Amino acid sequence: MIILAWKNIWRNPTRSLIMLTAIVIGVISGSLFTAFYNGMIYQRINDAISNETSNIQIHTPQYLENKEITDTIPHISQIIQHLDTLKNLKAYSLRFKTMAMISSANNNTGVVFIGVDPEKERATTNIWKHIVQGEYFPPDRKNGMLIGEKLAEKLKNKIRSKVVVTLQDTRGNVVSAAFRIVGIFNTGNTGFDERVVYTTQSDVLKLFPDTMPLIHEIAIALYDDQYTTTYVSQLQKVLPFVDIKSWKELYPEVGLMADYTQYLQLIFMTIIFLALSFGIINTMLMAVMERTRELGMLMAIGMKRSKIFLMITYETVLLMGCGTIVGLGFSYLLVELLSISGINLASFARGLNQMGFSAIVYPVLTLREYMQTVELVIIAGIISSLIPARRALKLMPSEALRKQ
Amino acid sequence: MHSIIELKNLTKIYREDGNEVIAVDRVNLQIQQGEFTAIVGPSGSGKTTLLNLLGGIDKPTQGQIIVDGVDITQLSFSQLVDFRLHNIGFVFQSYNLIPVLTAKENVEFVMFLQNRPRPERESRSRELLTAIGLADRMNSRPSKLSGGQQQRVAVARALAPRPKFVLADEPTANLDSRSAENLLEMMEMLNRTENITFIFSTHDPRVMRKARRIITLLDGRIDSDTIAG
Repeated sequence: MIILAWKNIWRNPTRSLIMLTAIVIGVISGSLFTAFYNGMIYQRINDAISNETSNIQIHTPQYLENKEITDTIPHISQIIQHLDTLKNLKAYSLRFKTMAMISSANNNTGVVFIGVDPEKERATTNIWKHIVQGEYFPPDRKNGMLIGEKLAEKLKNKIRSKVVVTLQDTRGNVVSAAFRIVGIFNTGNTGFDERVVYTTQSDVLKLFPDTMPLIHEIAIALYDDQYTTTYVSQLQKVLPFVDIKSWKELYPEVGLMADYTQYLQLIFMTIIFLALSFGIINTMLMAVMERTRELGMLMAIGMKRSKIFLMITYETVLLMGCGTIVGLGFSYLLVELLSISGINLASFARGLNQMGFSAIVYPVLTLREYMQTVELVIIAGIISSLIPARRALKLMPSEALRKQ
Repeated sequence: MHSIIELKNLTKIYREDGNEVIAVDRVNLQIQQGEFTAIVGPSGSGKTTLLNLLGGIDKPTQGQIIVDGVDITQLSFSQLVDFRLHNIGFVFQSYNLIPVLTAKENVEFVMFLQNRPRPERESRSRELLTAIGLADRMNSRPSKLSGGQQQRVAVARALAPRPKFVLADEPTANLDSRSAENLLEMMEMLNRTENITFIFSTHDPRVMRKARRIITLLDGRIDSDTIAG
């Protein structure tokens, strides 16, 4: 029956080829759009995880709301002891993190002032990879600071320029310290680059000589993001005295985009296949009307209505299926090629960077999305075949045989 | 010989635009196993309608059609489809082969619908196509065959499932004299050697000459029923 349906498709090759071309173009457009959007979102998520939040963060329950310097994480050694037992943990970084004012000779602005252990931070985030001028905490420099390119522009500072950081200590007193810019980073997210500065924990300690190291944040990097949710709930049980959040909770807008991508392809492809279905219905109705006498003959010689229905359905699904397979084949090649070279949106770079997106997009299409397209085709094919098949089933053999 | 078909008071009335057209009018008839019968008459006399009723592809307005003891007028649409599949062979005026299938595949098609195993289908179609002289055209599509050859394939298709009888609606109407003669000889040979019952509707005097029983219809009624010498 499938062979007969396949042969029937090619009775009118021109008509079938036109329909196939429309399906191929539809599938390629849908796939490329999805791949492009995925590329943008995945890149944003990867950047958010690898440069900014890591997979999981630990704070005191009040910290994220108040961001007070006094909201330091208690029982650090107990937390570290537990983190060291986690299997899929790549690294973690203990951070001093508070709001501060940074001033240069030319300008001043508010920043998030972060003190890190350079080696642990290097293992946890990719800030070191984004250094575009200078170095990542050279060992021989005291009071070194990393700032974003955007902030450097704003402060009109260069490498080795001096900046002064002013902040409150744990008693509410204002303290200031001078730092020298040792590295300038560019993560591609201008918002982040404009508001975050890094120095070392040892230099922070000099600001607060009478206290223990102040840790406000523990950033945890995992080998695979799929363990994030499990680890968050696991850690919440073991460490109930701290607030444990995933990157999705820390950056809800990025989390929302990640969740949205799952539905976007479905919505977009549904719209494409809905439009194509009308073309398919028209093509198949024409095919049924042209074969009225033959369908009458088939019923006369004993072909059941269910088999005629099946034959028309196979024809429709095969036509859509072929177009989809060819379309997905081309989409795969295009996505693979573009995922190497990337799509350069340099002319929109400024706007994209401000929103945290990179100007070069590397399209991504997952196996699940390829499969989702195939599932949609089968559903759309079956639905599209209903009207032509119903038309065929309404034929009475004696009347159909009389048709010229 | 026993009656393979019995028509009792068979009537078919078409209603179109408020008018009634009596296509078949109270026909009573018996067809015996192994007959080679022609139903003749002028255009509009009801030949094709009678054949359609005999074949169960049209429903009578009243009367009974008893085929081998089964009143097919009482069967549902799907039961009739199944009945036709296993009991009746059809040959149409314009061949009606499936254009995308080869001669052999066309012959096999009804057996495929009967879910017969592939080896049986293949050997039966080969045997029939050889018998009708088309062994060398088995893999040709209908478009590559002449009208006469296509009609022979149609006969082979009708015979493939070993039906109780074959209904042929004007089988020679679209054929030249030679092709028509060949086709008739072939059907006559199958009738004699395999005792297959053939019922034709025809205008063609060549068919009438070959037929051993001629039923003449006039205005939907049997005008005469003669057995040839």
